[in-house]
Order: sequence, then C-alpha cells, then structure tokens
Amino acid sequence: MSVSRALPHDAARLHVTGAARYVDDIPVPAGCLHLAFGLSTIARGAIRSMNLDEARGAPGVVAVLSAADLPFANDVSPSAHDEPLLATDRVHYLGQQLFLVVAESHLAARRAARLGRVEYDEEDPVLTIEQALAAGARFEEGPRIYEKGDARAAIAAAARTIEGTIEIGGQEHFYLEGQAALALPQEGGDMVVHSSTQHPTEIQHKVAEALGVPMHGVRVETRRMGGGFGGKESQGNALAVACAVAARLTGRACKMRYDRDDDMIVTGKRHDFRIAYRAGFDADGRIGGVEFVQYARCGWSQDLSLPVADRAMLHADNAYLLPACRIESHRLRTNTQSATAFRGFGGPQGMLGIERVMDHIAHELGLDPVELRRRNYYRAPGAGGLSAPRAAAPRPPESFPGKMKHVDPATDLTSRGAVSDLAPDRARAEGGGNTTPYGQAVNDFELHGITDVLMRTSDYDNRCRAVGEWNARGGPIRRGIAFSPVKFGISFTLTHLNQAGALVHVYQDGSVHLNHGGTEMGQGLFQKVAQVAASRFGIEPGAVKITATDTAKVPNTSATAASSGSDLNGMAVKAACDTIRGRMAEFLAELHQTVAAEVRFHDGRVRVGSHDMSFAEAAEAAYLGRVSLSATGYYRTPKLAWDRIRGVGRPFYYFAYGAAVSEVAVDIRSGEYRILRADILHDAGASLNPALDIGQIEGGYVQGAGWLTTEELVWDGKGRLRTQAPSTYKIPACADRPEVFNVALWDGANREDTIYRSKAVGEPPLMLGISAFLALSHAIASCGARYPALDAPATPEAVWAAVRRLGHGI
Amino acid sequence: MIEAVKSRSRKRLITLTVNGEEHEIAIRPNAMLVDVVRDQIGLTGTKSGCSSGSCGACTLLIDGRPMLACSTLAVECDGKAIRTVEDLADGERLSPIQEAFLDQGAVQCGFCTPGMLMSVTALIASNPKPSHQEIKKALEGNLCRCTGYNAIFNAVLQATGQDGIKPIMF
Repeated sequence: MSVSRALPHDAARLHVTGAARYVDDIPVPAGCLHLAFGLSTIARGAIRSMNLDEARGAPGVVAVLSAADLPFANDVSPSAHDEPLLATDRVHYLGQQLFLVVAESHLAARRAARLGRVEYDEEDPVLTIEQALAAGARFEEGPRIYEKGDARAAIAAAARTIEGTIEIGGQEHFYLEGQAALALPQEGGDMVVHSSTQHPTEIQHKVAEALGVPMHGVRVETRRMGGGFGGKESQGNALAVACAVAARLTGRACKMRYDRDDDMIVTGKRHDFRIAYRAGFDADGRIGGVEFVQYARCGWSQDLSLPVADRAMLHADNAYLLPACRIESHRLRTNTQSATAFRGFGGPQGMLGIERVMDHIAHELGLDPVELRRRNYYRAPGAGGLSAPRAAAPRPPESFPGKMKHVDPATDLTSRGAVSDLAPDRARAEGGGNTTPYGQAVNDFELHGITDVLMRTSDYDNRCRAVGEWNARGGPIRRGIAFSPVKFGISFTLTHLNQAGALVHVYQDGSVHLNHGGTEMGQGLFQKVAQVAASRFGIEPGAVKITATDTAKVPNTSATAASSGSDLNGMAVKAACDTIRGRMAEFLAELHQTVAAEVRFHDGRVRVGSHDMSFAEAAEAAYLGRVSLSATGYYRTPKLAWDRIRGVGRPFYYFAYGAAVSEVAVDIRSGEYRILRADILHDAGASLNPALDIGQIEGGYVQGAGWLTTEELVWDGKGRLRTQAPSTYKIPACADRPEVFNVALWDGANREDTIYRSKAVGEPPLMLGISAFLALSHAIASCGARYPALDAPATPEAVWAAVRRLGHGI
Repeated sequence: MIEAVKSRSRKRLITLTVNGEEHEIAIRPNAMLVDVVRDQIGLTGTKSGCSSGSCGACTLLIDGRPMLACSTLAVECDGKAIRTVEDLADGERLSPIQEAFLDQGAVQCGFCTPGMLMSVTALIASNPKPSHQEIKKALEGNLCRCTGYNAIFNAVLQATGQDGIKPIMF
C-alpha cells in the first residue's frame, strides 16, 4: 500500500530541474500589465490630499487608481471589513496601501509608486502595549477570560509562589517566494486568478466582491506556493483583488508581486505577546493554580487576531493538568502591520507562557526541570489516578440542523476570522478530571511514553550532569541543556471550517485525476493525499495525477491551515475514491457473478473471484458498462462542539504530541551562541509518509528556534519597521542548524479515526524550538543565582544583557 | 534630465552563452541578470527571492562561479557563460546532486532549491569531498525557510559519497 511509504515530495523532480512553476513563472499573454502599491509613509493620521499626477505621467504607466476609482467593494479583510484595499480618508500603519499603479513593467510600476504626493495630518501612533491599553485601543469589548476553578484562591493557598513576565517577539514569515497574483480577464466579465495563497476560496470571494459578480464569475487556481507558513492565508487578498480590478479596467492580464522590502513592510507577521504569570505550587513542584494575562499586539485591523488569541489561551496549559487556572487575553489594536496567521496560530505564544512558568518553578525549587514537568503532566490514558471514575463524555451531534444564527451575507464564512458559529450552546465541559482549562478531556496523552524514550535516546541525564560540571569550571563558554514537550490541539477552532471536499476521476486507461481543496506550500500535502488515493485503488502513486487547487473543481474550501490539510483532504479523497471503487466493484461483481465485497484492488490489479485484470482493464470495462468513474468526496470532522465566548467545550478532535532536548553553547563575553545538538521524538500517529513528516519536524524545529533566538522585529518610534530585509532580519542559515540533529517518529497510531490513523504534523513541531530557548536560559543561569527571566527573541545582544543582569562581568 | 533618462533607457546589445546556447539580446544597461534570464531568455528556474543579494535563490554560475543574479548587471556578463538549474540534468538523467536532493527529502517548497543546487554544483566542481565546514561555508548565502537544512546537508554528503549517507526514501 502506498500510504506509510517514504516518497519524495510530489514535485521534487520538477523543483530540482527548475521546471516547477510558481505564479511569477506562469507564461502570460502579450500585453500583461504589472502592478505596485503606493504606500503610506506615516503610521497614523488623516490624508489631507493625494496628488497622483506625477505617478500618472511616469514612463510606462497605464493607470493609477485610488479608492474612489474602485468599482465595487473596497475591502480585503478576511473578517471585519476593516481593511480597505486602498485607504480612503485615514491611514493606520506605515506601509498601508494608498494607491495602485498599473504599468507596462514591474520596474515602471515600482518607480511610479514612489511618485505619489501625499499630505497628511499626522497623529501620534499607538505602537506599544502600554499605549494601546491607555488608549483603550482593542478588538472585542474587553479581555476574553477562560477559567477553571478558582486560580486566585489556589495560588493564595499554595506553599510557594512565583510571578513574572515574559516578552515574546513576533516573527516574519519569510516565505522564500513573496506574495504574488496574476489575473486573466475572460469573456462575459469572468475572471481567472492565479494566486500564491493558502486560501483560494477567500481569494475568490474577495475578488468577486471587488468585481461586483457572484462567486461563480471568479475561478482561482493555486498550483503551489514557495512557502506559506500562515503568511498566505489572508495576506494575498490585496494583490489578487488589485490584479482583478486592474484587469477588469484594462481588459489585459495583470500581475503583481511584492518585492521583499514591500512584502515585509506591508504584510502581517506573527503576533508579539507579553504574558504576565503567577503560579502557586507545593514543595514538590506540583502546581495548584496559575494565572496568565496575555497581551497580544494585533496591529491595525482585526484580520485573524481573535482566533489567534483564542488559540494562545487554548495552549496556556500545554501538557500540564492545571487544577485551577485563569487566562485573561487582551487583543490590542496598534498602528502596525496587521498581525496574522503564522504556523502555530497563537499556540506557540501560549505554550511558551506555561513553559516559562515550569522553567521558573524548577529554578526556584532547584528541581530537575524534566521531573517537574512529569509531575504536572496530564495523566496517561487508562491511568485512573485518584480521580472519580470517568464519566462518559457527552457526544455532541455531528451537525446542527435548523439552528442557525443570522449571518451577515458579506461575511467571508470560510475565513478563520468569521465570527458566526452554529449552536455553540451545545458545547459542554467533558468529564473525568483529566481536562484542559476549557473542559476538553485529554484522552490521548502520549507524553509519558515519549518523555521516557527521549530521555533514554538523548542520554539526557548524563549530558545534563556533564553540562553542570562544565559550567562549574566557570569558563567563558557556558553550556545549557533543556527539554520541552508539546501538546497541540488539532482542528480549526471555528468548528464549521472542519470540512473538506475532493473530486476524483478515473479515466478509461486507468489513470486517475485527483483534486481537493488543500493547497501545496511545500509541506507535501499533495503527495500524502495522492498516496491515499493510490492506496484506495491499489495502484502506484505515479498513476495518480495531482492537479492544482481550483475553486471550480472543489468549492467552499477552508484555508490550508491549522495543520488540517491531510486530515481533512485525505478523508475527502478517500470518500471519493471509495465511491468510484464501490461502483466498479459492483459492476465487475455482477459481470462475474460474485459479490462486490469479493472484488479486490491490489498491486495495480483487480481480482474478481478467479478473474484477474489490470486496473486499466477494469476501468475500461466499467466505462463500457456505463459506470460513472467520477465522484466527489466530502468529510467533516466529528465530535466537535466549542463555545469560544464561554471558553468551554471540545474545540479539538485530538492532540498531537512531541518533545525535544536541545543543547547550546554560549559565549558569555559576547552573547553569541550555537545549538550543538537537538533530539526530537514526535508523534505523527501512523505516519502517511515518514520522510515528509520528518522534513516537517526538522523544518518546524529550526523555524521555532529561529523565532525565539535570532529573528527580531524592530519598529522605531514612528512605527517604521526597521528590519525589512534579510540583511537586518535574521532567519536561521545553514550554519545555525544543530550540529547533531536526531529526529524520530513516535511509534503509535491516532486513537481517533483519522485518515489511516495518522496525525497532523504541520504546526506542532515548531514549538519544539522552545527547548532551544530554554537551553539558552539554562546556560545563562550558570552565571548567577537569580532566575535569568529571559525574553524572546534571545538574540546574542539579549543573552549578553541577561548575563550582565545576573551580575556577571560587571 | 530628459536626455539622461533617455540615455539610461537606451538598449545595449550583449552576447550571453546560457547553458551552452548563445543569445544575442538587447538589454537596458541597468537590467539585472536575473530579469534577463527569466523574462528575456525565458528560463524561470532561477528564482528572485529578495532582490537584494541576501537570500541566494537567484544563484547561478557565471564562468563556473556561483553568483547572485539579482545583484549582477547583465551588461557585466557580456561574452560570459551562464549556467542555470535547467542545465544540471542530462536529458531525463538527473545529476548526482539532483538525485541526492530527491533521496534525502531536501526539497519542500522548492523555491530555494535551484539556488542551492547551483551553489552545491560549484562547490563539488572545485572540491569533490568537501568537509562539513566547507559545506556550511558554501551554503551560507542560500536561505531555506522550510527544511531546517538538515536534509540539504545530508544531500550534499550523499552526493559526495561521505559519512555513509544513504537515501531515506523507500
């Protein structure tokens, strides 16, 4: 069977020969025009006047559009209609799009975009958390609060307490391929759009609104992205809409790509957070209660900030059973880029909060941080502990017929930024005592076993001792070693997004055409799903043609996000294949006087009783027998019911787990450091493709470590992003990868009925990078008695300063 | 002023040998090599990642040396031999380094891949058994956001027959 095989990425051969086409590589019709935005040069104020004459007269310029020239909707927001394509009367961040240049070449458009003469009445921007709190600049009416038990009383009653604050920086996606779109006008006002997007349906919806046509008038196609990481969930809307509007106006093909500096200045990034914490625990380190206050800087528009901040709250427990817990979340509006989805979607920030608490407690008690963590873990499945017998979890219905709130027709229902939901009042806390702060029972906790094995394979105890001895000598190079676990919730927290569709054709020669709603951004989704299809038909994956995501083939898709790609689309494809296989089996069974259950699809052959034929012969026979060889497939995730306002229910179908041990060396004279070794054991369930999964884990770890170490976003007091190029924003390079890098998959199947019992693997490994951050903290801690209380990112400068704060070298 | 603009935009004729084929092309004097190769010669395998010489996606070989096409003026290449990713395979037969990228899962989104391959090709041509340190040095200008570099590193080791690295695909 082709599932569980380690096959290369489906387009790997095209990539190594340079034949793989991205949006900017697609051959365009003659006369194709190129677009660029004129951008705001201040962070906040009213537009007094905008003179675009010089831009209009520049060489090669065909047209220059401002908001008043847009024929229909002027909105590219995925949620709250608060994000105009082109600014009207006010600007809200430095880099906001003011006008659109349409020109004969990319360079001509870029040059003319600098020639807008704009006068502003400038105002003081709201940039920091303090400024936003003081100005009352926030999304939603006030903070969201999720509670379990009485955290304040539990902390007051505890033998020991700690408190502190951690600043957590944001992160630039730095997908290697910048944002890009190409619009091709069709007959009758229709539009075809090629977009580098994780969410073709949202592009379709926003383009349709901007052109004043129904969604059926727009077709969006996405073959691949050169990286997404969440940065192409909503941030491609502006380019696609601009291209479509300009194409409608000129009747010519229109293409737009951001150069890297524009991309970094214009588009949103990972939310930066401040998390204040207070925890009460006993002498053995068992936590009685924790309080978190999370402050998220969301930027100027709402975008996906509400579900991001929700997910940060939903990961404030990470792997730990917190008897009492209170999480307060502030979503602050600032005059900066609109922070957006980024691999983990708030989960990493929430998780770092509790990992900081664990690290702080371990330091306070002088306890081994791994032992402390184990003592606070959720219980393993089947381990009864001292709790009451587990009550049967109420099974929420899988659909909610007839009960639907009024929904604003302009709402983009397929966006995670949508706020409508169906019947959240059905959400209930699950029983059993092994429950999260939001009342979901943890019934699949794999971390006891994962931790045991990883401790052994990483030789943690001996290395920990060696690090202690090394540091005791007191030289300028210090070492640090740290462990951190990951428990990550899998499903969109907006329940209705957990659905997917597929379209499968079998041709008369036995070749298969595969299409589904997921998009390929390098993660290997297409290959995994093709392996599913090949397995259902018992043929080689090479017989399955993987085709570009296309809104005309599968409609109403959710973004390829939340790690859900293979879970949802794999199941939808399986359903479609099984429909066709069932029809073929029934036909062949009747032909050969047996029953359908006796028809076997295996090794490229179809066996019907004693008859044996190739899959191609079977397909041909079915065609001649007038059997439909085309089917759609559909899937929706069961068991979900979640109320995000009350913070109660089951937002996740299951959890994915993993753990890492990182070791670092720090030069305390300069703050420079290196990751010497990383050992990872990660739970991908019964992996659909171990090679692709290990690739996701390695890449996720390095990206997570980059987020918390070298990747620093700096804005000046005017709200200008000063790290807007790879020369000033440092993502990990080849030399930053751990010298020793051991990655293994946890041998286990998903306890829930997912596609071949696999688990989602896109986002969870990113949070394994937390161990690298904690290892730096461990190394720094050797320089003094106090807890280092390191903030993220721990750049060399920050490490240097932390060493000095501990009194070393002063 | 207008005269200056005109002279800047006056096209020049240059000769480039790209992947063994000679091209005589008219270019603007300020045209970057990456744009000439992609838009005028039509070889889109070479990628434009940052346009500022920092990411390595546009790496190609000029007279055998790895260079950043986004930071090289096309006029400077008059009469020179350019080699791009499209030239690495011999028809259907991939080069050992291309095979190794497949075998090690060194390709995810693929956008850095052409530049990586050109840097590695130049390295191996001059140094058939590079040390770990030399591999790091050769790849320091090529950023990858997907893989974490481990598979890429192993691909170089496999292609140079080192450390007993075997394909991970089965």
